[in-house]
Amino acid sequence: MAPGTSRIPDIVGKHEGDLLTDWMRNQLARIRRDLIDADELREQSRRFLALLRTTLQNGGSADMDITGPEWAEMRELLADVSRTRARQGFTPSETATFVFSLKEPLFTTLRREFARDADALGTETWTTTRLLDALGLFTTEIYQKGREEVIARQQQEMLELSTPVVELWEGILALPLIGTLDSSRTQVVMESLLEKIVSTGAGIAIIDITGVPTVDTLVAQHLLKTVAAARLMGAECIISGIRPQIAQTIVHLGVELQGVVTKASLSDAFAVALDRTGLAIRSG
Amino acid sequence: MERIPILKMGDCLLVTIQVDMHDRLAMTLQDDLTERIAKHRARGVLIDISALEVVDSFIGRMLGNIAAMARVLDAKTVVVGMRPAVAITLVELALSLPGVSTALNVEKGIALIRETLEHRRGGSGRSPA
Repeated sequence: MAPGTSRIPDIVGKHEGDLLTDWMRNQLARIRRDLIDADELREQSRRFLALLRTTLQNGGSADMDITGPEWAEMRELLADVSRTRARQGFTPSETATFVFSLKEPLFTTLRREFARDADALGTETWTTTRLLDALGLFTTEIYQKGREEVIARQQQEMLELSTPVVELWEGILALPLIGTLDSSRTQVVMESLLEKIVSTGAGIAIIDITGVPTVDTLVAQHLLKTVAAARLMGAECIISGIRPQIAQTIVHLGVELQGVVTKASLSDAFAVALDRTGLAIRSG
Repeated sequence: MERIPILKMGDCLLVTIQVDMHDRLAMTLQDDLTERIAKHRARGVLIDISALEVVDSFIGRMLGNIAAMARVLDAKTVVVGMRPAVAITLVELALSLPGVSTALNVEKGIALIRETLEHRRGGSGRSPA
């Protein structure tokens, strides 16, 4: 269809009130009423219809490409709606329903308007479907993006939570590492260890790698960096929890752990640390 | 001319670096320090860098040089009070100050020097805590 020949903007303009009422009824029947109140929904729907009309009148219908600049305001509105709905706990289908539920009242109106012209009805219906589908999919996309942001934030929080530094004894710190050690995690680990060394005045830190699944050259390098930084702060490091498999890997890879005390288990490392601080455990 | 003060504490010397180092100042410090070590027969040198927010390769090398010079004069050098951020930067720059001992603060630095001296003298292990 040539641009500008569509009568949809006129029809939307003429029947805006009726469309809104029908659409609202349609939405309210499907939506979970406990999550959003009718006034908010009405306001969102009203703004959507008004924007649809003005955008189409300004030539936005040309090729139904909703990524164009003339659709910017509409995209903003939909993004806003999606984001609030994601927060309110709507499912993706429920969020997309906001746009898709407009089809029924709009098609009814079109059928009434083009009662005598089956050809035009078909064309206009097709145009409207494509447009509303694009807009509906856009809301889903934004919804998804919102969720991804939440996941990324949680990842960041996990990163911070997963590096505890514990004080085993006065002057002895332990750093149980769990999970893969990458550069960003090493940075966090290093910072929290050094801060803890300053605040506790510890002289020995035990880095336990029982929970590190694999040790490759990069992980080993990260470990050595942490050890070097702790040494600059005046604390000695012991690496413990080296499983037999990992010991073999380290040797096969030719990684040098020179100048670092390594122990198979955390208890052995703790014994060494106690010995260094001049302490001993006796039974009895 | 500005100088970095060197304080004598028993058989240890305490150097607190609080200003930006440049090469002239570093040379003066090396001169003064070696002279004082020889004069007082100092056995230990403590360099406090807790006031430094930036330690670059120049200061890193200077610390290494001082440690080496002191070793020749039979004194042990301990660098104390490095900040976490400085430590991380140095490691990222691959400057881990080899040959320089480190301690968290002056108190621990002195304890480290005492321990080393005792070890060297009698080999009887550390003193009771």
